[in-house]
Amino acid sequence: MYGNDFSAPDDAPGGGLLGEVEAAEAALREAAARARRGGPAPGEDLAAYFTEVIDADQKIEPRDWMPEAYRKTLIRQIAQHAHSEIIGMQPEGNWISRAPSLKRKAILLAKVQDEAGHGLYLYAAAETLGISRDELVELLLGGRQKYSSIFNYPTLTWADVGAIGWLVDGAAIVNQVPLCRCSYGPYARAMIRVCKEESFHQRQGYEILHTLAHGTPGQKAMAQDAIDRWWYPSLAMFGPPDGDSTHSAQSMAWKIKRFSNDELRQRFVDMCVQQAEILGLTLPDPDLRWNDERQAYDYTQPDYDELMQVIKGNGPCNRQRMEHRRAAHAEGAWVREAAAAYAAKRAEQKEKVAA
Amino acid sequence: MSERSERPGQLGAGNPSPLWEVFVRARRGLSHTHVGSLHAPDAELALRNARDLYTRRQEGVSIWVVPAGAITASSPDEKDAFFDPAADKVYRHPTFYEVPDGVAHL
Repeated sequence: MYGNDFSAPDDAPGGGLLGEVEAAEAALREAAARARRGGPAPGEDLAAYFTEVIDADQKIEPRDWMPEAYRKTLIRQIAQHAHSEIIGMQPEGNWISRAPSLKRKAILLAKVQDEAGHGLYLYAAAETLGISRDELVELLLGGRQKYSSIFNYPTLTWADVGAIGWLVDGAAIVNQVPLCRCSYGPYARAMIRVCKEESFHQRQGYEILHTLAHGTPGQKAMAQDAIDRWWYPSLAMFGPPDGDSTHSAQSMAWKIKRFSNDELRQRFVDMCVQQAEILGLTLPDPDLRWNDERQAYDYTQPDYDELMQVIKGNGPCNRQRMEHRRAAHAEGAWVREAAAAYAAKRAEQKEKVAA
Repeated sequence: MSERSERPGQLGAGNPSPLWEVFVRARRGLSHTHVGSLHAPDAELALRNARDLYTRRQEGVSIWVVPAGAITASSPDEKDAFFDPAADKVYRHPTFYEVPDGVAHL
């Protein structure tokens, strides 16, 4: 449906974004089958070999040689992606105890459990680059690595849970589907797994909003209010405009990123307009209209100064999120110690029996 | 998620929660496939966490967890020499042998 990067996405099983994920998975298997020649010959230029692998659309694997900057940028990106999944449990977790029905509550619990899982897949992928999860968690807690700006916004009503599913997870999917074809194998494989699950999140969010929008006037107003508040922060999730994006050019050359921030943002807007129509709700942008020439929607850009403020730590909930994460880590220390002591004791007993 | 056995210190003292590699078998008759890795203090917890993490959607019926430190991986540098499929040993393939016309069930 979107993008020239995907082979026959219309015919792909599932269609739409899920179809693209499956196409990416198929391409991954294909690339594996299309065996490239073995490792670099002794004395061969490693950088040239690396470029050759990337150009051939093959995957870089953990023990392959890679430029130090490639390794560093991947660690940064994957780790911050992992942190986002973990911090992202908070805004939705805020509504678990107050979900309006048992069914909604069970679904929300499953969703938040998925987010934890996504965090773990991603930490595992980052670890293949030679850094430990404990180090990454320290970087997060020390404020030296970021997480997605979006999770610094508060969830004020139940409808926000729907808006997060539809808009925030929707934006995440649009961003992550091309990452299923990222040149780094472990990241690409993690993204395939994540996207399949993320699709459930997006659809359940859409369903929440659809139910509210077709409920009482009060419910509909609540749904509209949530969209009004989440629309621009969701657009900002794609990052600064192409002109100001520091890492973009190099990441595209290395095939870590496949599309620019603005391209993905446009793709997201084009998707949402039609979906909002079916909800019977409006996107809060008076200048949103179809541009026949561009075959895309014109829209108002999000406030990038606000984005920069949020990234710097001055968003509405930055402090609360970090305090909560730090408290959980500190207060859980004795539990981790207990588990380690128990494991050590068990290992000792086993040794004695074996002796 | 794999090929990381060279990294020291994943198991043992000082690391309260070592790394485990997880293998899941989707159905009876298939083999276990590597699906990812996780941290856990011991094998029992690794198994439980793997159940929660990697089999939430009927992905499998059997799980193996292996301490990452127990795995030794081949190095990509030796790919050619190490995995040389022995092009000079074509007689390993059944198609190498000529079957006389008219032979059945061979």
